[in-house]
Amino acid sequence: MNNNNNHASKRHILSMLVDNQPGVLSRVAGFFAGRGFNIDSLCVSATTDPLVSRITLVADGDMGILEQIKKQLNKLINVIKVMDFTDTDHVQRETALVKVRAKPENRAEILRMTDIFRSRVVDVGTEYYTLEVTGDEGKINAFLKLLNPMGIKEVARTGAVALAREKK
Amino acid sequence: MHIKLKGSQIIIEILREEGVDAIFGYPGGAVIDIYDQLAKSELRHITTRHEQAAVHAADGYARASGKVGVCLVTSGPGATNTVSGIASAYMDSIPVVVLTGQVPTGLIGNDAFQEVDIVGITRPCTKHNYLVKRVEDLGRTLKEAFHIARSGRPGPVLVDIPKDVMQATTLYRPIKEVQLKSYRPTYEPNAKQLPKVLELIEEARKPVVFAGGGVILSKGAKELTAFARKIKAPVTSSLMGLGAFPASDPLWLGMIGMHGTYRANMASSQCDLMIAVGVRFDDRVTGRVDAFAPHARIVHIDIDPTSIRKNIQVSVPIVGDCRITLHKLNSLLAKEDQGDLGDLRAPWLKQIEAWKATKPLKYGQKEAIKPQFVVEKLWELTKGRAIVTTEVGQNQMWAAQYYHFDHPNHFITSGGLGCMGFGLPAAIGAQIASPGKLVVDVAGDGSIQMNIQEMATLMQYKLPVKVVILNNGYLGMVRQWQQLFYDGCYACTQLIESPDFIKLAEAYGAVGLRATKPEEVEKTLEEGLASSKAVIMDFAVEREECVYPMVPSGKPITEMLLV
Repeated sequence: MNNNNNHASKRHILSMLVDNQPGVLSRVAGFFAGRGFNIDSLCVSATTDPLVSRITLVADGDMGILEQIKKQLNKLINVIKVMDFTDTDHVQRETALVKVRAKPENRAEILRMTDIFRSRVVDVGTEYYTLEVTGDEGKINAFLKLLNPMGIKEVARTGAVALAREKK
Repeated sequence: MHIKLKGSQIIIEILREEGVDAIFGYPGGAVIDIYDQLAKSELRHITTRHEQAAVHAADGYARASGKVGVCLVTSGPGATNTVSGIASAYMDSIPVVVLTGQVPTGLIGNDAFQEVDIVGITRPCTKHNYLVKRVEDLGRTLKEAFHIARSGRPGPVLVDIPKDVMQATTLYRPIKEVQLKSYRPTYEPNAKQLPKVLELIEEARKPVVFAGGGVILSKGAKELTAFARKIKAPVTSSLMGLGAFPASDPLWLGMIGMHGTYRANMASSQCDLMIAVGVRFDDRVTGRVDAFAPHARIVHIDIDPTSIRKNIQVSVPIVGDCRITLHKLNSLLAKEDQGDLGDLRAPWLKQIEAWKATKPLKYGQKEAIKPQFVVEKLWELTKGRAIVTTEVGQNQMWAAQYYHFDHPNHFITSGGLGCMGFGLPAAIGAQIASPGKLVVDVAGDGSIQMNIQEMATLMQYKLPVKVVILNNGYLGMVRQWQQLFYDGCYACTQLIESPDFIKLAEAYGAVGLRATKPEEVEKTLEEGLASSKAVIMDFAVEREECVYPMVPSGKPITEMLLV
């Protein structure tokens, strides 16, 4: 009858619509920090309505606690809507910029990989190429894994953005 | 009519529009402009002697009056001094608006003199907060602050106002209504849930009504009392709910929880239906969560959806205002014929009587004054009608156990945060809200020293608050835990050098009285209560008295340590 928290840990992707105002992001992020939840990634920008921003957030943790978090996020004055895409059909993408060591003997392989993953070379230097890749998390991770043996200098990832799929 | 006003004038204008009649605060460089305007207005300002006291006073004012409490402090240290008070108001859901001065907008982030990021510091302990960057936004922001503070589940709202914003001018347009797209509390309960409650009531043989602070905040004590009497269900409450149901009613079980009465804890654990109204199932109440009300189906009525199913799973959750929901339930009950519940309830009520008879609240008194005796005598002599504020710890628990409240808004205590130093300033606020009424602060020798400087505030504004100190020379509640769970190692809990409280009272110009023997208690109280001035009554009580019953941390509430 009483408390039966589901303690399974799971990664969740939350999408929130919030008032586009200073401090809102701090409030939302502070929420997770205050409960010992780590935010794996966070992406925020304005929507077509300049007064409204969308925050897409990926966090890892106890499912029972996450239910509470969603309710409490809704309680925040500046939060308009909270959607949990974890168990629903959604489209998810992120972009990564990768600076990979381009030794002469590896260049051909790098370019082949770039082609296979439909990514692009956006900067060329004597020692390093910067590649841009877009896709879901799995694709980005695979790309990085394959490039790793060649020597990755730096990676900048945007974190996930997502929208729900339409009912067909 | 549109007129050009300075930011500081807009603040006064809005306070006027919101019907504020008292502001509690402490001046400083960043807020001189506001104080200048205040002096030219008819608004009343109570200058405390510490900013923490100013917030507690605004809090006590709000709890006693049912209105929004207002507090005004300066930037930097003035603002940081309010954090404890704000956190206490946040935990207990009290509507308070705290205005803090801030350095000019150009200096923000520059480590300027008396600058702190108070918005950042209070983000987790305010219902909401604002930094006003333009004078054009000031009016709307203040209106929103009041709206947010008092609506839905109330709470403290902080508005940080830079000095140049106060000095700038703008065309002032009075704002009629506040509309926040992202904040729409639910007051009306879902009509489909209500009949389910009636069904459960009909099936129940051992119901209990559990009332909390939410009933008092929604001004629903009358509806709750009618409801419980109609369905003939015994009533218990949390610390925050004391006064929501009259303690003199035969259905009253006493407080529930860690220091609740035996019969309240037993009844809650054996009931088959618990109707919880305006509560949040805090750990002080539930004890071991998976052993709480194990046989009961639970109806949970609360205005805050996040309180529902946070700690305890419930059968019928109802999001809505307590008073409105109870009123609707009462209307539905009036249409139904419940039959004669007297016979149906008899066995349950008889069992409860047996619990009360065999294990009542009790203490024995010989040579030393027992603190419980002081509170009981206080209750008798004030006929249970005083407004009682408390400090925190043993004094707080004895006040809750031995002073029996028949009306809401009369028991004012820092429940959720348990902030020592709350009682005296809260009494100031309560007295301002209730001129002519008797206000008593029940304190310990430890707690009273945390905001003792407020004796000066009492004297300045001629507030005849009575302070009852249960003086045992210890940090009582911590000492109790050390006695029971740490082999009696009283580490740093002995308050050896306390002042002579009589001399201290007289130093402030107040009356000081003392009792050291049981036979002196009644006459000391009588003399103190009859005085027209502020009084400190120092009762030298039994040093190592413990609060019983006590449910040790992590145990089910049925496992109480008794006297």
